[in-house]
Amino acid sequence: MNGHDPHPVHKDYAGAKLGMWLFLYTEILLFGGLFVLYSVYLARYPGEFAVASGELNIVLGTINTVILLTGSLLVAISVSAIQRGNAKLAQWMLWGGVLSGVLFLVNKYIEWSTEIHHGIYPNSPILLERAHGEIVFFGLYFVTLGLHGLHVLIGSILLAIVAVWVRNGSIHRDDYVFLENSGLYWHLVDLIWIFIFPLYYLLL
Amino acid sequence: MSDPIASAVPDRGFLTPTGNGLLDWIFSTDHKRIGLLYMYAVLTFFLVGVALGVTIRLELIAPGRTIVSAQTYNALFTLHGVIMIFLFIIPGIPAIFGNLFLPIQIGANDVAFPRLNLLSWWLYIGGAAIALSSLFGGGGPPDTGWTFYVPFSVKTTTNAPLAVFAAFVLGFSSILTGVNFITTVHRLRADGMTWGRLPLFIWSLYSTAWVQVLATPILAITLTLVLLERLLGVGLLDPTKGGDPVMFQHLFWIYSHPAVYIMILPGMGVVTEIIPVFARKPVFGYWAIAFSSIAIAAAGSLVWGHHMFVSGMSDMAVLVFSLLTFIVAIPSAVKVFNWVATLYKGSVSLDPPMLFALSFIFLFSLGGLTGLVLGSAATDVHVHDTDFVVGHFHYVMFGGTGFAFFGAMHYWFPKIFGRLYNKKVATFAWGLMFAGFNILYFTMMILGLRGMPRRYYDYLPEYTNLNVVATVGSWILVAGMLLAFINLLRGVRSGPPAGNNPWGGRTLEWTLSSPLPAENFPTPPVIDHGPYDFDAGESPS
Repeated sequence: MNGHDPHPVHKDYAGAKLGMWLFLYTEILLFGGLFVLYSVYLARYPGEFAVASGELNIVLGTINTVILLTGSLLVAISVSAIQRGNAKLAQWMLWGGVLSGVLFLVNKYIEWSTEIHHGIYPNSPILLERAHGEIVFFGLYFVTLGLHGLHVLIGSILLAIVAVWVRNGSIHRDDYVFLENSGLYWHLVDLIWIFIFPLYYLLL
Repeated sequence: MSDPIASAVPDRGFLTPTGNGLLDWIFSTDHKRIGLLYMYAVLTFFLVGVALGVTIRLELIAPGRTIVSAQTYNALFTLHGVIMIFLFIIPGIPAIFGNLFLPIQIGANDVAFPRLNLLSWWLYIGGAAIALSSLFGGGGPPDTGWTFYVPFSVKTTTNAPLAVFAAFVLGFSSILTGVNFITTVHRLRADGMTWGRLPLFIWSLYSTAWVQVLATPILAITLTLVLLERLLGVGLLDPTKGGDPVMFQHLFWIYSHPAVYIMILPGMGVVTEIIPVFARKPVFGYWAIAFSSIAIAAAGSLVWGHHMFVSGMSDMAVLVFSLLTFIVAIPSAVKVFNWVATLYKGSVSLDPPMLFALSFIFLFSLGGLTGLVLGSAATDVHVHDTDFVVGHFHYVMFGGTGFAFFGAMHYWFPKIFGRLYNKKVATFAWGLMFAGFNILYFTMMILGLRGMPRRYYDYLPEYTNLNVVATVGSWILVAGMLLAFINLLRGVRSGPPAGNNPWGGRTLEWTLSSPLPAENFPTPPVIDHGPYDFDAGESPS
């Protein structure tokens, strides 16, 4: 990157993973702010939250849960594969992870377009005529799931980059910490969904 | 090199030009160069913040309109706050002196993630550019105050969204620095650099880094909500749609109170380095100081509600937050007593860094004690939103962190640049700063107790005299700071060579050449003594 850096490049796997875990804490806290709002408003509007929650499409939500969990499994397999030197399997598993992210987003698109078609979106005239608690529920729903969707998108791009790097050999069995860290990120995206799904879809 | 005095300092170390001029600086991943980049940027914004602050004081020298309009006045105190908080105090000590000395003090060659470190600096510059761009065009400079309270920040037609976005970007920079420092302290300590041999500056940076990592994301989501509120009208903070604006205040202060400790802890670390060196004594109560940093970081994360005693909370919540606030005073006081005990029977020399450190203890104690007035709900209700709060805050932040920052500048200056400044001028500048500071902010506290509200453009005539005193104090303070800066700048250009260890410090940076070498430790060091072993001999060179 520059001619000045005299330091030898050190590869500190434990350090790289520690840094990644710290970054994941910040992600959890980022969503944590939204979960705090959720809990406060749930306590304030329990009935209206239940009504609004009942309108969400549980089937699509469940399918997306399965998709993300499968994606997480594929990425975990990919890490094991690269550890054993099976770069080909690792690469295909990563593309599987990318596919799971894309499928998730397609589903999300279908779900949101239906809702928007019914006039349910932030600040929509139809939504504003409903009870306060329901406006807040849908507001939180769109913000939280939107932020999560953004993370799925970033995660998918990340996995695609990793897959390309596995293909061209810059990630291999002796140097795969980037793959492992990207996997950690993907698991986090999954984990946050595991909280989002019951809080928004299963609250009855 | 055209500088004739350069021959007096034979090796310019990491300052030696490396061929590509500026590019070798702004794309350098060397922690020392990044530290220095931060120094130039932070000091530039600090001077902008000072200029805005002085203008505020000048406007308040007389009731009614003096030099600026009411709207401009609102913009002045908003940008003074945004710049001083997000561009100066938060990154100030960790990003400058942390970057320069954290790896060296633990015997490492760089931070754990050098490229991430460079990214932090670029994010800082990007955030700063966005913040400054909010001054121009659009609806005019933001007028919300640095706290961006809703509903006003959602409704104002000024460039508040730009400032909000700038704070978001700066927060990201702060998080990355925190991640980097924690990992560095855990992974890159040299052989023999046990946790008990870490300089206490490192302990304070380590605690700060944890707060940066754990608190800043809350600010990110809060500011995101403000932007979404403006763009989409989501309604999560809007009472007409079922939202609750007080929730904004909770989320904002869940970050911004711990952020106060992001600001003060590194300052405490600097003072803890300076005092033993200039008292020629091992620091008193090493572990007490180390753990009090952690305790402040932990307890400080639970006291945000004391900013909201009059915002509408249950009495129970007020009581709990008040109690927790008092608890933070304990580890803070532990530090103060330990510093004083370190001085006891020490061989104290009053060089400029020491003067700044000693005045830190005095000013921080005043700031801390007036903080108790605010932490107690009954008295807080009376002085809430008055100049008393502003005075208290500046005693802690400027009298504390600001003076520690100047102390750090004067302490590490010879190590960074290889030259010394004029000590007499530095001492005189310190005297001006100390006097001007107290005239300015102590007067503000009295004004506040008498009922002068903060952030008001106009005031009743009976407050005039004290406001004049405060404004005159601001001039003395600024004169002192300018003198200090000019003196340092002259030192950079033409000061006498400082030698490797002008103060007789025992931490690792003083074993290296001045200016710092391009490569910190060509052979990995092995540490066999603590950071303050002054009994062990080795007199100053």
